[in-house]
Amino acid sequence: MSALRALAGALALAISVAPISALAEGTTLLNVSYDPTREFYSAYNSLFKEYWKKKTGVDVSINQSHGGSGAQARAVIEGLDADVVTLALAYDIDAIAQKSKLLSPDWAKRLPDESTPYTSTIVFLVRKGNPKHIKDWNDLVKPGVAVITPNPKTSGGARWNFLAAYNYGLRANHGDDGKARAYVTALFKNVPVLDSGARGATTSFTERGLGDVLLAWENEAFYAQREKPGAFDVIAPRTSILAEPPVAWIDVNVQKHDTAKLAKAYLEYLYAPEAQKLACKFGYRPRLTKILGSCGSHFAQMDLSTIRNFGGWDAAQKRFFGDGGVFDQIYQR
Amino acid sequence: MSRDTIPGRNIALGTTLALVSLAVIAPLAAVVLSLNGITPEHLARAIASPDAIAAFRLTFVASLVAALIDLVLGSFVAWILVRYQFPGRPVLDALVDVPLAIPTAVTGITLATIYGGHGFLGAWLEPHGIHVAYTQIGVALALVFVGFPFVVRTVQPVLAEIPKDLEEAASSFGAGQTLTLRRVIFPLVFPAMLTGFALSLARALGEYGSVVFIAGNLPGKTEIAPLLIITRLEEYDYQGASAVATVLLIASFGMLLAINALQRRFSLARKMAT
Repeated sequence: MSALRALAGALALAISVAPISALAEGTTLLNVSYDPTREFYSAYNSLFKEYWKKKTGVDVSINQSHGGSGAQARAVIEGLDADVVTLALAYDIDAIAQKSKLLSPDWAKRLPDESTPYTSTIVFLVRKGNPKHIKDWNDLVKPGVAVITPNPKTSGGARWNFLAAYNYGLRANHGDDGKARAYVTALFKNVPVLDSGARGATTSFTERGLGDVLLAWENEAFYAQREKPGAFDVIAPRTSILAEPPVAWIDVNVQKHDTAKLAKAYLEYLYAPEAQKLACKFGYRPRLTKILGSCGSHFAQMDLSTIRNFGGWDAAQKRFFGDGGVFDQIYQR
Repeated sequence: MSRDTIPGRNIALGTTLALVSLAVIAPLAAVVLSLNGITPEHLARAIASPDAIAAFRLTFVASLVAALIDLVLGSFVAWILVRYQFPGRPVLDALVDVPLAIPTAVTGITLATIYGGHGFLGAWLEPHGIHVAYTQIGVALALVFVGFPFVVRTVQPVLAEIPKDLEEAASSFGAGQTLTLRRVIFPLVFPAMLTGFALSLARALGEYGSVVFIAGNLPGKTEIAPLLIITRLEEYDYQGASAVATVLLIASFGMLLAINALQRRFSLARKMAT
């Protein structure tokens, strides 16, 4: 009897703490993004607020959330109330669409350039004066060169790094997969530490003095240079990969919050000249070519492949980073 | 049915059960339940691949080593804090809890910085061929750091309770220092030492934040089991992540049960002896 009553007490308490639904006004957006975009989006949010105020007379507030791209996607799947997501790779937004049905699977078609308003690429960050004479990808496999890159299994940025290296391996060997694989295997022999995220790898290289070269997002390399002037050089290899960080609004959530129009405008404005100029200032390559011409003198001319050369993210993820994929094989002998 | 003498027993029990269910049992059950429908092949890949086995081995061995070091180190510190008056004692006493208070990421980054090749300890150790950062030694070091307060805080109050006359009595019966320590003091604090050991071991098995920064995370070499969970999650492989988590859960639960049983047997044996 008393045990039953105790159970009833437990149930009553459990029910009384049932979710209290938040009151939704249509003037607040939550932008769930990845680590290196923190500085860019705080600047962009001010720009957008001003623009929206001028256009509609309405004051809006925008909250940002940053973390590893994959972890952020999982948070949204599990119920983080994002109005828009601005992540490191399309694979993570695809995962939200597939696992949670919170947005339509053809989200990429809703905005120009596959919903990628700015791009970046993978470059090398080396110590001032480039003491190890690192000029291109083939220098990374030389003995005595320590390469810092995060773990592609836990970091979106590291997947771009890996594909950029593999892409070089293919190009240098006339498309021979076996030789490309041998190249990345040799490259990872020179990697002393695999940080779990891109910012962690940057910290290892810049703050702890680990390694001779950091494989990094171009914007992250510029950021490191800004933070510690005179400590590093950015080296652009001849070939690399075009990293295309995508953006999308989350259909179900914006309906719930009554923010559909606002969320769409927020993402569309990323393609406007002012926003593109801002992206350029923060080290992202703008899509608008006329902006690239006027502000992009710091972007080197490089021969860039895209994820489509690897059959899209779904295929690339499975083949390279899935269980038993190419990356796993590198570490298994 | 007998009425309870304490009023509000049902409410108290109900509240306790509800909170325990919500905060402890529900999440643990969710981990195990999310394994539902996993195929044997998937399970084998998740927990028995060479990388996974290497990660489990590192986690268990490093945790055990760290808990043993904590046991010795922590007992000594507790002894010093209880038995000696010296300037700065309150500071040392407060410092003991610091590993519990600072964010684990700070612990990991700080250890990696001072033991790395450019850090003030690393710069001195590495020329002698001793590599701590980004090796298995580094993993154990981080675990020693985070587990250390548990031993001190469980042993310290028990030591403080031991009356001085007990030792005086022992010496008046002609027992030397070693004998007093071995036959009088040690049996009294041993159960508390076991508890401290168990707590620091359990903490070490699940520790992630501080270790990832100093481990280097090379698959098959310095990758710990909790990192495997993150890796599986990053592939949206929820079942694989649950499989790894369940192994850790069962192992830590089993170890804690065993240590508790040992402790009961020890106190029982002592009661019978007196």
